[in-house]
Amino acid sequence: MKHFVTFWLVIAIVTAAALTVYGGTSTDNEASNSVVVGISQDIDSLDPHNAEYAGTREVLFNLFEGLVKATSDGNIEPAVAQSYEVAEDASSISFTIREGITFHDGTPVTAEDIQYSLERYAQIQGSESAFADFKELEIAEDGTVTVILNEPNTEFIYELTCAILPKANEENVNSSPIGTGPFKYVSFKPGESLVVEKYENYWKEGFPYLDQVTFKVETDVDAAINQLNAGTLDIYQYLTADQAATLNDHFNILEGSVNYVQGMFLNNAVKPFDDVRVRQAVYYAVDRDLINEFLFAGKSHIIGTNMIPAAEFYYNADTETTYTHDPQKAKELLAEAGYPDGFEFTITVPNNYAPHEGTAQIIAESLAEVGIKANINLVEFNTWYSDAYVDRNYEATVVAVDGKLAPNSWFAKNISTAPNNFTNYSNPEFDEVFEKALAEIDLDQKAEYYKQLQQILADDAASIYVQDPANLVAVNADLEGYVFYPISAQDMSVVKFID
Amino acid sequence: MRYIGKKFLTLIIALLLISIVVFLAFSILPADASIAKLGQNATPERIAALRAEMGLDRPVLVQYWSWLTAAIRGDFGTSYQYTGTSVASLVGGRLGTSAVLSLISFVMVVVISIPVGIFGAKRRSVPGRAAMTTLVHITMGVPSFFLGILITYLFSLVLKWFTIGKYVPPAEDLSASISYLVFPAIAIALPKIAMTVKFLVSSIRAELHKDYVRTAYAKGCSRNGVFYGHVLKNSLVPVITFLGIIIAEIVAGSIVVEKVFSVPGIGLLLVTAISNRDYPVVEAVVLLIAVVVIVVNFLVDVIYQIIDPRVKL
Repeated sequence: MKHFVTFWLVIAIVTAAALTVYGGTSTDNEASNSVVVGISQDIDSLDPHNAEYAGTREVLFNLFEGLVKATSDGNIEPAVAQSYEVAEDASSISFTIREGITFHDGTPVTAEDIQYSLERYAQIQGSESAFADFKELEIAEDGTVTVILNEPNTEFIYELTCAILPKANEENVNSSPIGTGPFKYVSFKPGESLVVEKYENYWKEGFPYLDQVTFKVETDVDAAINQLNAGTLDIYQYLTADQAATLNDHFNILEGSVNYVQGMFLNNAVKPFDDVRVRQAVYYAVDRDLINEFLFAGKSHIIGTNMIPAAEFYYNADTETTYTHDPQKAKELLAEAGYPDGFEFTITVPNNYAPHEGTAQIIAESLAEVGIKANINLVEFNTWYSDAYVDRNYEATVVAVDGKLAPNSWFAKNISTAPNNFTNYSNPEFDEVFEKALAEIDLDQKAEYYKQLQQILADDAASIYVQDPANLVAVNADLEGYVFYPISAQDMSVVKFID
Repeated sequence: MRYIGKKFLTLIIALLLISIVVFLAFSILPADASIAKLGQNATPERIAALRAEMGLDRPVLVQYWSWLTAAIRGDFGTSYQYTGTSVASLVGGRLGTSAVLSLISFVMVVVISIPVGIFGAKRRSVPGRAAMTTLVHITMGVPSFFLGILITYLFSLVLKWFTIGKYVPPAEDLSASISYLVFPAIAIALPKIAMTVKFLVSSIRAELHKDYVRTAYAKGCSRNGVFYGHVLKNSLVPVITFLGIIIAEIVAGSIVVEKVFSVPGIGLLLVTAISNRDYPVVEAVVLLIAVVVIVVNFLVDVIYQIIDPRVKL
């Protein structure tokens, strides 16, 4: 008996001793002016031209820049270029390279590097991409460079946010990437973390504030919350209201949006969703406010079309009220379409984003009120991708779609002949207006066309667009300056410790 | 010597079969690595290009053959998921962590369960036994990941003995690494300790009733003399086999626990690789685990023979 008490005591004392020495030193980040950002998605590549995940683009935003770069209000500003000019007929764009701009290894950015980068990006993106209009880069003797397009494209400037890389680093682009951004690469452990440090010669005076940033992969939200509370992580995105509520008071919860169009996408080619009246009936039956209230404590932005409110200049807010929650009207439309007793269908839901499942369940409840029976089929994301997205073998699916800075990126999926038109939407009027919007040079008129497109999608009830989900970000209360972007970006160059 | 040769042959055949099963499982799964990597931004053209680059456009058998011939030469290829990163460096970088974690867990199991088991077996009072059995059953029933959550909460957030997420790999600082890994190790080891205790107690009790024990007492041996000299030695023989199984379970149990404690070991790597359809990584990790299990079994056989010379290999 005595032996055992002694034994346990020894074990306890040894562990306790080892731990008191090691533990409890978590708040040293401020002293070293460094920050640890938890990221919910793995980093798939350090090569900005090959990186596919939105989560990776978010991080690499801090290392690389294009001739121009995105600003937090959804515009672009010159970056590697000092200034630019779009030709009147939108068939070329010329750039003056920023004076004295250097890569992280100290070498100056040359016209050849730009040529190399654009050609490399064009080759990787392929002939079906938005970058396919790139023809060549002309280098003038005075050092200005001109991007020549295959055909006029007023929105091509947004594509030129693609990273400029040094030609000399071709071999090492995956192992030690070099760019021109505010932070430079230090180390990377796949599936674990990416460490970057301040680039002293960054062209924007005074930025970045932080000396070091660690992006730590933490795909499990519960584990991330523990680490926020323990002080290991300073910043973490995409929390729900419930999750945010479990954090201690050392965090500010910032509210932005995910910048996705989330909703129940309908396969317009299968019965009964090939009938516009059925789709409208479903829209009237769905209570979007309930979904928002239930999943995001009312913090999401309710939408009615395939566009995000953050793209203010192009966004058509009227579409938000095209449909209201009106079960009576839904029943009338169903009867008119020949389904007075409703029908049964399956909602395919991928498992990549927790609120999708909740959304599907609330939709199914709402539809039951008007006699429609919706079954939910939860699948792994990759299965969803190959069955629903590529093979278009589904009836309805709750997912979120994203877009880029270029407004056309939000609508190209709905062109009847688009290779990624996974909803099989087809409306000649839509296709026609899209062409006009793309070709239009006058910005106000362009915005008009895009608003028209959004109204067409709403009127057709092409899909049941629900919300741009709230993005609750936990930020260490010692930090300030965190901003939201309408694209995938977490800009650490503007974040700093409060003096 | 012939025995070792035979075992080695079994090892090779087992590995070959396992690699085929993993490969077939992957060819049945919907979606492949190219789709997993490209995600929503993929166009059919880009998928085709990436498939060609990864070699996924070739017939399944050709893919397997080219993987196998390279693997025999010790080249496990590069990860589909992390462009340009070799599988060897990916697995090698995490091997130390998992090895240390498994080792700590195993040491805990041995060091704690054997004395506790002896203590339990020697207890004669009825309430004492009942208390012991209840405790053992409760501990056995708690899943490791749940224990992990409790441990994280208690030791990290309340007592602040360690900072969850502030893990240091053993290669950088061994003592710091161990003092972090002790906590996930507890989560892995506790249920195994309970199992081993239960097993040991019943093994000792069965032994205590055998004839030779009575004979020994009749000869006038002391109680402790009989117990430690004869009974314990004999009851430990089956426990060694049991511990062999426990090692395999520790390796498997660490997969979930690594996630809870955010420890970047091979378990976490395996989970990520499966969902990314990162076939070369999955194949390498599974084979590695298989090697560990088979080698441990082999060692158990050897130890068995040393303890009990009647056993012929």
